[in-house]
Amino acid sequence: MGVKQVVKGNFATAVAAKLARVDVVPAYPITPSTLFPEQISTYIANGEMDAELLLTESEHSAMSAAIGASASGARVATATASQGLKLMSEMLFIASGMRLPIVTAVGNRALSAPINIWCDHQDTIAERDSGWLQFYAENNQNALDLMLMAFKISEDRRVLLPSMVGLDAFVLTHTMEGVDVPLQEEVDEFLPPYKPVYTLDVKNPMTFGSFGTPAHYMEFKYQQWEAMENAQKVIDEVFSEFYEKFGRKYEKVSEYRTDDADIIILTMGSMSGTARAAVDSMREKGIKVGAAKLTVFRPFPFREIKDLSRKAKVLAVADRNISFGFGGAVFAEIAGALINEKEKPMLIDFIIGLGGRDITQEDFYKIAEISKDAIDKGKVEKMVHWINLREVQ
Amino acid sequence: MDKVNIGAVITTPGSALNYKTGSWRTLKPVLDEAKCKFCNICWQLCPDSAIEQADAKAKKPIKIDYDYCKGCGICVQECPFNALEMVEEEK
Amino acid sequence: MYEVRFHGRGGQGAVTAANILSVAAFKEGKYVQAFPIFGVERRGAPVAAFLRMDDKPIDIKYQIYEPDAVVIQDPSLIQLKEANVAGGLKAGGKVIINTRKEPSEFDFGDAKVYTVDATGIAIENKLGTHTNPIVNTAILGAYARAVGNVSIDSVTEAIMEMSPAKKEANVVAAKAAYEKVVGV
Repeated sequence: MGVKQVVKGNFATAVAAKLARVDVVPAYPITPSTLFPEQISTYIANGEMDAELLLTESEHSAMSAAIGASASGARVATATASQGLKLMSEMLFIASGMRLPIVTAVGNRALSAPINIWCDHQDTIAERDSGWLQFYAENNQNALDLMLMAFKISEDRRVLLPSMVGLDAFVLTHTMEGVDVPLQEEVDEFLPPYKPVYTLDVKNPMTFGSFGTPAHYMEFKYQQWEAMENAQKVIDEVFSEFYEKFGRKYEKVSEYRTDDADIIILTMGSMSGTARAAVDSMREKGIKVGAAKLTVFRPFPFREIKDLSRKAKVLAVADRNISFGFGGAVFAEIAGALINEKEKPMLIDFIIGLGGRDITQEDFYKIAEISKDAIDKGKVEKMVHWINLREVQ
Repeated sequence: MDKVNIGAVITTPGSALNYKTGSWRTLKPVLDEAKCKFCNICWQLCPDSAIEQADAKAKKPIKIDYDYCKGCGICVQECPFNALEMVEEEK
Repeated sequence: MYEVRFHGRGGQGAVTAANILSVAAFKEGKYVQAFPIFGVERRGAPVAAFLRMDDKPIDIKYQIYEPDAVVIQDPSLIQLKEANVAGGLKAGGKVIINTRKEPSEFDFGDAKVYTVDATGIAIENKLGTHTNPIVNTAILGAYARAVGNVSIDSVTEAIMEMSPAKKEANVVAAKAAYEKVVGV
């Protein structure tokens, strides 16, 4: 068993990088993820961690350095958020295209403008097509555990794709919670050293980042597609191995009181526990509502979502992001996943908690109320609702 | 079936040598060995590294590697002794 | 679940107070959650920090709107409308104020009021400066006595672990406030 400690989410991701024996951390500080490189720096200064901390001049350079380091065979981690992830964006696609298993913690933060440092999922959601695996933490324990598992999943030869672990800005990054920090020997048993397929090495020269003509480009993209498909199975395997080793259970989609539910509210990230508490309160009033949490967004858990969809009359998706001109991104993915199903629930989208607006149980009561109305009327009159929006002119 | 390495990594060093760009040529530089003064200016300026160095001591003139010479004509342009001229490939 | 809201001004250590108290409660086997109102850490501006403790895991993740107890580090915040220090305070809740005044001089309805001269104690123990005394550890000693759901020993242990400087002086201040709090 590990050591129980009260820590912030940023500390949880940094200690995970230390326990994973990360070799190189290229980083550029940004709120709310700055504590990550600070903590890594402290570990190195104290001699607790044998790693190179590269303080680059921008996030673009941080990810570029991460790519170079990873290509040379190092285990690489970094952390960023919001505008920083956007500045990395060009290099994110290169990391995944070069099949480099870099792990990045992202303190999920809203995008400018207007400038805002608080939580929503827009930054990572906007990188859903970057070829990175995406995990979302509900609490600080999740943040630590998912970081550790991300290395193992990313580095699996069937996958070899980078991962981002999202933890909500401030709600997790700066919140103190009790976390079980695993022992080094436990992590060593779970996560063996990274063994790259190809490495940058002057003694055995190879070409990295080569040209891909129309005659070849599609095949490389197909390989990435297959790797993402493989990740579905590898994630299940690693989740179950983690459970055996550490006793903490992870699922791509976890359900709560869904069995006889008319309405299921689907959430992602730190709002999920609040949703479950709201479900308990509503159940006491006889409302047949359940909750489900999405921990893995890429690869998208099609099978689990299909299973979930058969259980309810309304699947209400709480999206802490917005794709202008459509709706929430999670909603869009779910609608896509269910498109060929004969029987499917009514789908309603709820945009919630953008730019750090507090998400309370009342918000989920409202979601259930709108969902109930659709059941009563037998149809969805409005597809996208904005929750807790002030009336302004 | 073609094999492509993941991430488009090319594991054989110097594999560009297999790609003979000499076939792109319509004109080729031809050396009049008697005029070569071993100055190696053409060798320095060839953008394709398709010229073998001259050796003044051994009185060995430069040599053009037609497997990779694309026929750009820079060497012909730059030779101070007019030792090179462009000749049509087509016989 | 027990919910505490800390009110202070940027630079007075309200966020650190919530964090230290969370560690103290954690030491007694409680599940805890401590967090600030984020992004407003400007010196002098009103700030709030939150602490939840429970015997079972804490799932909810939003600000505290109906606290069981309110800790006021700076009495000038009471008049400040935007600070709204008594907002949502539960019936029969507790209010701990850093002031030289008596509890009877405050009106928080049916809430129980406790006072402690944390500023005086901080200056006595050379915590911070005369113009900017650091009162957060003293007020935690008062909390331990007034609310009684975290022991003074756990509080001082947590202070020893988490104070960046003058650990012993901070412990002395907490213990002094524990003794001197008025209203118990």
